[in-house]
Amino acid sequence: MDPLIAEWQERIRSAAAAGERLVLRGSGSKTFYGGMVSGTPLEVAAYRGIIAYEPTELVVTARAGTTLRDLAAVLAEKGQWLPCEPPHFGPSATVGGMLACGLSGPGRATAGAVRDFVLGVKLLTGNGEVLSFGGQVMKNVAGYDVPRLIAGSLGTLGLVLEVSMKVLPRPVAEKSIRLAVGEREALTWLNRWGGQPLPISASVWHQGVLTVRLSGAAAAVAAAQEKLAGEALDESEAAAFWWALREQTHDFFSGEAPLWRLSLPSVAGPQDLGTTLIEWGGAQRWLRGGDPATLRAAASAVGGHATLFRGDPALKAAIGVFQPLSAPLLRIHRRLKTAFDPHGVLNHGRLYPDF
Amino acid sequence: MSFDASASDWRYSVDRAALIQRLSAVLPAESLLVDEEDLRPYESDGLTAYRCLPSLVVLPADESQVRAVLRICHQFRAPVVPRGAATGLSGGATPHPDGVVVSLARLKKILRIDPLARTAVVQPGVRNLAVSEAAAPYGLYYAPDPSSQIACTIGGNVAENSGGVHCLKYGLTVHNVLRVRGLTSDGEEVEFGGGGLDAPGYDLLAVVIGSEGLLALITEITVRLTPKPLLAQVAIASFADVRRAGEAVAGIIAAGIVPAGLEMMDRKAIHAVEPYVNAGYDLDAEAILLCEADGTPDEVAEEIARVRTVLENSGASEVRVSVSEAERLRFWAGRKAAFPAVGRMTPDYLCMDGTIPRKRLADMLEAIEILSTKYGLRCANVFHAGDGNLHPLIMYDANRPGELDRAAAFGAEILELSVRFGGTITGEHGVGLEKVDLMAAQFGCGEIAAFHRLKAAFDEPGLFNPGKGVPTLARCREYILARAGTTSSILANR
Repeated sequence: MDPLIAEWQERIRSAAAAGERLVLRGSGSKTFYGGMVSGTPLEVAAYRGIIAYEPTELVVTARAGTTLRDLAAVLAEKGQWLPCEPPHFGPSATVGGMLACGLSGPGRATAGAVRDFVLGVKLLTGNGEVLSFGGQVMKNVAGYDVPRLIAGSLGTLGLVLEVSMKVLPRPVAEKSIRLAVGEREALTWLNRWGGQPLPISASVWHQGVLTVRLSGAAAAVAAAQEKLAGEALDESEAAAFWWALREQTHDFFSGEAPLWRLSLPSVAGPQDLGTTLIEWGGAQRWLRGGDPATLRAAASAVGGHATLFRGDPALKAAIGVFQPLSAPLLRIHRRLKTAFDPHGVLNHGRLYPDF
Repeated sequence: MSFDASASDWRYSVDRAALIQRLSAVLPAESLLVDEEDLRPYESDGLTAYRCLPSLVVLPADESQVRAVLRICHQFRAPVVPRGAATGLSGGATPHPDGVVVSLARLKKILRIDPLARTAVVQPGVRNLAVSEAAAPYGLYYAPDPSSQIACTIGGNVAENSGGVHCLKYGLTVHNVLRVRGLTSDGEEVEFGGGGLDAPGYDLLAVVIGSEGLLALITEITVRLTPKPLLAQVAIASFADVRRAGEAVAGIIAAGIVPAGLEMMDRKAIHAVEPYVNAGYDLDAEAILLCEADGTPDEVAEEIARVRTVLENSGASEVRVSVSEAERLRFWAGRKAAFPAVGRMTPDYLCMDGTIPRKRLADMLEAIEILSTKYGLRCANVFHAGDGNLHPLIMYDANRPGELDRAAAFGAEILELSVRFGGTITGEHGVGLEKVDLMAAQFGCGEIAAFHRLKAAFDEPGLFNPGKGVPTLARCREYILARAGTTSSILANR
């Protein structure tokens, strides 16, 4: 066993024995995300490096401390990438943090989320066991799909050690276009386009401007550009724009007001809850500030949910970061937590306050 | 194989007469089957080598009847085996001798199609193809297309995380389902996923999909619909040896192409299929590849040209491209008819389902050839080459003493080899009863124990589909001990 893993295993076991809580920390790029944790920090970014990458298998396996930047560079050499575009939110963001937070970028609505690309995971559980689930192949239904369960579990079920991901070739051609349009009409257009064979790979509407990214074969991108008839962005401008959205350096995200993420059916109409930025063809809507109870009620009224994505500790403590769960689901969550971390050692409170 | 043994790990003592009495109070008489002649048709699923008469069969007509049944079974601590169209190939719907089979065949309504949102809300007994047919007027379809799509149900697809021939580009069931409504074993309503692209908390939707009926009983599903491509064309290439065909597959991926479908068939499979459906396959080839491109006409033309170049550079002896939709469907008809075509050549066959890294394909086919001689059984191979999922079809005659056991041992060696090559014992058919012991070839006792804890988080009394999917820890240890130090001659050389 790798000495680092042995050390962490020992650390987790002694914490479990002593009733101590640990807070897992990779690069710290996403510590802002999730509920309030308490416990002794355990630094885990040192276990890094790519273990296996075979471009013709479309699979990469990396240790969890590998930075997303290094991973992207290695994939780019072979013309490949992670189409879910996980945000970094910091220069040293890690593969483990990507999986634990489960956040996806602009490409999510069409390409899929982090959970859609994860194939396998090696985990150090709260019991100090090293367990491997899933694998390195694309089709694998042996055993429950624990790798996808770990995506977005915020380190509450185990310390991620290694991750296998499906990767894909980068699209041959890409073009971004801009159209002036109101919110309601933009939502209608996006949903209509979504039902047509158009190579839309990302979209954002904000303050009367709809920006759409087209990716795919050169012929398909050109045909779609003609059909949608917007103003074309030049390549470097477009790249900077989508990166700013993915990394939340776009102006909309600056300032101290709480940042809310509403995950809604794409066809839900304008919510009239304040200034908004709409991504994922209407399925992800960002808001700054607003009354938490109103936001959560509005989201659940249309079948969605609201997350306090960024906010100060007092607000998080008062209203919780994630939409409350139904009683049966909460019961399943608690039992799952116990199944993987019976002594409640790992990241207590990061997902929901009481586990 | 372990059916009797595995079922006997999970015995339940149920007062059958009292159970019948309680169930008859919540179900009409025709929805409760108790006589042996009525139960007989339910004794197996698509894996007909395994048969077991259930204690009872119920056919609820709606969710409230399902809930009532589950509550009663919960009180009686009676095991519950959910069943769709029973096309599954791993024994996931094989009845339990002490249990109630809950057939969801009558929950077959398409509740809503929302063309703007590109979703369909369906009951679990709706057939896979019926969803695409209902969505067709809107230019939409449901992408996962298992070969059994004419008959198999969406509920079964969710239970097995079914794939098909277009997974590389369009994903598995887990990538195409947004929400699942269901009931826990005590009859409580649960909803996984939701109206958006994600739900708060753990991704329980992903865990329930592919859970083989062990975690929850599914009563309603929201699937994502995909716009129909304007055009699809398929290139069909012949190869004089399988290694070259394997290299062509790697070459297509290396060229940055993600084909809509990429399938391979070996000589035996080609010769089984061609007389049966006249698909126009090359009978002189050792292997053929089917590579489909879809999209706008320009896009397809561009991709087919690139595919043709790769295939020719990889040494294809012949490359043909479908010139009409009719021809495209004919090319695919052969592949889709592979199982029944092999079924005509032999009284019985077992369909294996390992996934391997694509680069090990030729090694695997060579190993299968050696195993075929060792066991004295023929084997045809069809292969979802795009995602490494291999379906060896082992032919045997159950009426000849010992042949089923030999076929099973042959299959087990293939699957163990799949694991050794870095793959898995099942790509899309599920573990079910068939491969429950082989789980120990892929996972250690620690993982197996975690699976049991995960199961208990959903189904504490362990009533849903007992004996399937995950072996008992005792069985896991037994397997590992039995295999310690024994490596077959095939495995030793790889």
